[in-house]
Amino acid sequence: MQAKHRFIFAVVILGLLMTGPFTVTSLLVWLDMKDAERQMLTELLLSRMPVGTMMTMAGFVAGVLVLHRLFKHYVEGLLRMAETLRLMRTANRDFRVGIDGPPEVRQLAAAANELAQQRDELMRDVDAQIAKAKASVEEEKNRLAALMSELALAVVVCNLDGRILLYNNRARLQFTALAQGPTTVAGGALIGLGRSIFSILDKNQIEHAQDVIRQRLAGGKAAIANFITTTRNGQLLRVQMVPVLAGGDDGEAARSGYVLTVENITRNIEQEARRDQVLHTLTEGSRSSIANIRAAVANLLDYPDMEPELRERFLGVISDEVARRSQTINQIMGEFSDAMKARWPLEDVLGIDIIAAAQKRIDDKLKLPTKTEEIDDALWIKADSFSLVLALVSLASRLEDHYDPRELRFRLTSNGKLAYLDLIWAGPAMSSETFYTWELEPLQVAGETSPLSLRDVVDRHGGEIWYEREKAAHRAFFRFVLPVAKPEGCPELEERTRGTGRPEYYDFDLFRFEDKSINLDRKLSELAYTVFDTETTGLEPSKGDEIIQVGAARILNNRLLRQETFDQLVDPEMPLKPESIPIHGISEDMVRGKPNIDIVLPAFHAFCEETVLIAHNAAFDMRFLQMKEERTGIRFTQPVLDTLLLSAVVHPNQESHKLDTILERLGISIGTRHNALEDALATGTVFLKLLPLLEEQGIVTLRQALQATEKTYFARIKY
Amino acid sequence: MSKKILIVDDEPNIVISLEFLMKKEGFEVAVAGDGEEALSKAGTFAPDLILLDVMMPKKSGFEVCEALRADPARSGLRIVMLTAKGRDTEVAKGLALGANAYVTKPFSTKDLVAKVKEMLAA
Repeated sequence: MQAKHRFIFAVVILGLLMTGPFTVTSLLVWLDMKDAERQMLTELLLSRMPVGTMMTMAGFVAGVLVLHRLFKHYVEGLLRMAETLRLMRTANRDFRVGIDGPPEVRQLAAAANELAQQRDELMRDVDAQIAKAKASVEEEKNRLAALMSELALAVVVCNLDGRILLYNNRARLQFTALAQGPTTVAGGALIGLGRSIFSILDKNQIEHAQDVIRQRLAGGKAAIANFITTTRNGQLLRVQMVPVLAGGDDGEAARSGYVLTVENITRNIEQEARRDQVLHTLTEGSRSSIANIRAAVANLLDYPDMEPELRERFLGVISDEVARRSQTINQIMGEFSDAMKARWPLEDVLGIDIIAAAQKRIDDKLKLPTKTEEIDDALWIKADSFSLVLALVSLASRLEDHYDPRELRFRLTSNGKLAYLDLIWAGPAMSSETFYTWELEPLQVAGETSPLSLRDVVDRHGGEIWYEREKAAHRAFFRFVLPVAKPEGCPELEERTRGTGRPEYYDFDLFRFEDKSINLDRKLSELAYTVFDTETTGLEPSKGDEIIQVGAARILNNRLLRQETFDQLVDPEMPLKPESIPIHGISEDMVRGKPNIDIVLPAFHAFCEETVLIAHNAAFDMRFLQMKEERTGIRFTQPVLDTLLLSAVVHPNQESHKLDTILERLGISIGTRHNALEDALATGTVFLKLLPLLEEQGIVTLRQALQATEKTYFARIKY
Repeated sequence: MSKKILIVDDEPNIVISLEFLMKKEGFEVAVAGDGEEALSKAGTFAPDLILLDVMMPKKSGFEVCEALRADPARSGLRIVMLTAKGRDTEVAKGLALGANAYVTKPFSTKDLVAKVKEMLAA
C-alpha cells in the first residue's frame, strides 16, 4: 500500500474512531428506550445537534492535522531519507541526509550519516590500499624491466606456447644482428612481444629442453637446461632455459613459461680456435724445424772430421731453420697477441671512471687532495677496475708514507692501442730500486692488504708500469700502460631516445595470451596490430609510382610498442619526382643502394604476421602493396583497419579526417611527421584514442569495426 | 750387400742430415721429395726400409704407407714413419696402417740409427 493511501485510510479510521463509539452507544441506548423517552431524547438532541456536530468536526480536523503532521515527519521523512541513503550508496557517495524533523528522525539521520562517514573512510582506505598495491606492482614490474634492459646478457621470457612476453635490449640487439636479410636492415628482427620464439630458435630444441627440465624437476634436480644452437647464418648460440614456476612446487602443473638466456659464443669459439692455432704452431709446428736442427747438430758433433763442404751445408741448415723459427715466433706474437692475452676477465671501462673512483678512495682513505690534468674523457680501457683502482690507491698511500706530497694528479692520454694513465706528484727523485720493491710487494691501503702485487695487477692487464721524472717541472709520475678498448654497443644509445618513460620490453599479461588467430569477433582491445605507413614516389601506383619507405610499429594489449618498429627505405629503381621530394623529404641518394621492394616486402610481411593491419587512408597504402602481389608472390591477407574511416565513424559530421586534423581534434601532439615511421606511430596513437570512442558507439569487435567503416562515405573512394 | 734405405721427406733440411747419416752407416740411400715419387722409387729402387715423413705434398705419408702395405710382394719392407705430429692418435693411426715404427720429430739421430739397424737386422 502506498503511503498516500495509508494516510487516507488512517483519516477514515480517525473519523470512525471519533464518531463510532458515540453512534454505537446512542444506537444501543436508543434501542433500549421506550417511545416517550425516545421522543424526549430526540427533541433534546436535535436542539443541541449543531453544537455536538461542531465539536466533533473540530476534533476531527484537529485529529487529521495531527495525523498529517505525524505522517509528514515519520513516514514521508523516512521515505525521503531512504531515497537519500540509496543515492549515497550508489551515485553520490558524498551526499548526506539532511537533519530535520522530530528528534527521533534527526537522531536516525545523524546515525545514518555517521555510518556513511565510516563507510567512506573505509572505502577510501581500501582504494588507497589498492592504488598503493597497484603502484607497487607496477613499480616492481618497471624495475624488473629496467633491470632486464640494462643486463648485458640476452634474456627472453616466453609462455608455454613460445610467445615472447619479455625480452631485453641485449636480446633484441643480438637477434637483430643475427637476423638474415632485410629484417636486419629494417631494424625489425622477429623478436617482439607476443611473437613466437620459434621464428628465432629451433622449436625442437626448445621442446627438448623443456623435456629435460620436466625430467629434472621430476627427479628433484635443479630445473635448468642448456643447449647450443646454430643460426641460419652460422652463429653459435648457447641457450640456457629455466622454467617460470608459478607458485607451488608441484612441477608440471605450475610451470607457466620459461626464461631463456642467450649468449653468442661464436666469438669465444673463434678465439678458442685461434688460441689452439697458436699453440699448435708453437708446438707441432716447431717439431720439424727442431728435428732438422737437431739432426744437423748431431751430425756436426758426431762426425767432426767431415768434409768442409758438408759442414757448411749443415751449418747452413741450422742458420736457415733458426732464422725461420724466429720469424714464425715474431709473426705469431704479431698476429695472435690479442688471443694470447691474459684470460683474466677484463671489462671495458671509461678511463675517467677509473680515475674518479681512485680519487674518491684516495680522499676517503688517505685524506690526500687529488686533481686531474690532461684527461681524454672518451678513452675506454680494458681493465679490471677493482684491482686497478686498488693499485692506484696503494701507490698513493706509499707516496704519502715516503714523500708526503701535498697533492696527487691524474693524467690520461693515449697513443694508438695504448692508454697512458699517469699518477703524478711533486717531490724528490726516488731510486729505481725502491720502485722495484714497491712493484713486487703486496698492495696495501690503510691496513688492508691484497694478495696481489702491483706487478700482478699490471700483468693481469697485459700492461706495463714505469717511473718517470719530469725534471723541468720538478715532479715525477708513475705511468700505467693499459690496452685501449673499443667499446661495443654504441647503437644502443640511439635506441634510448625513441622510447620515453615506461620500457616496452615486457607484457606479463601475455602469460595468458595463447590464441594467435585473428578472430573477427574478438575485442578490438585484445588484438595485435601492425600500424604502418608508406612514402611513395607519387599518388598513382597504377601509373608506375613506387614505394620508397615503409615504417611500421606494433600495437599489443592496447600499447603502442615504440621499440618494435620496422623502418626501411626502399630503392624504387626509378628516378624520384622532384616535386615529391619536399613532401617526403627523401632524396635520391638516400634510396639508392637500399634494398628494393622485392627484398623489403617479404620482410615487412614477416613483421606483420598474425596481426591486423592499420593505416591512415589504408586503401592507398594497400593498393601499393597489392600492386606487387604478382611479382613478389607476397599477399597481405589479414584484415585492415583504416583510421581515416574509423575517425569518420566516430565523428561523422566533421569535414576533414586528415591525420593532422585528427591529431589536433584528439588532442595528440606529435613531434616530427612525414617520415613513414613517425606517421605510423602517429596513426597508432590515433587508433588507441579512437578505441574508447568507438566503444561508446557500441563498436567493440573487429567485425563491428570493419562493418562500420564500410558504411562510411569515405569508404567509397577507391584508388 | 748393403741394405737400401729410401728417405721420403719434402724438407731438404732434414733430408740432408738423414742422407748423410745413413750413408755414414754404410747404407745405400735414395731420396724422394713427395708421396708420389716415393711410390715410384719404392718400385725402381726396391728399398729394405723407408724413412717416411707424414706431412707431404701430393700424397701424405699415411697414403704412401697404405699403398705399400697393399702390395703383398713388399711384405718384407720396413716402414719408419717420421712425423712432426706427436699426438698419440696419429701414432696409433700410423701403426694401424702398417708402419713398423713411429718416430716423432725432433728425434735423436743416434736413436734413429740404432732403431734402423735393429729393424734391418731382424
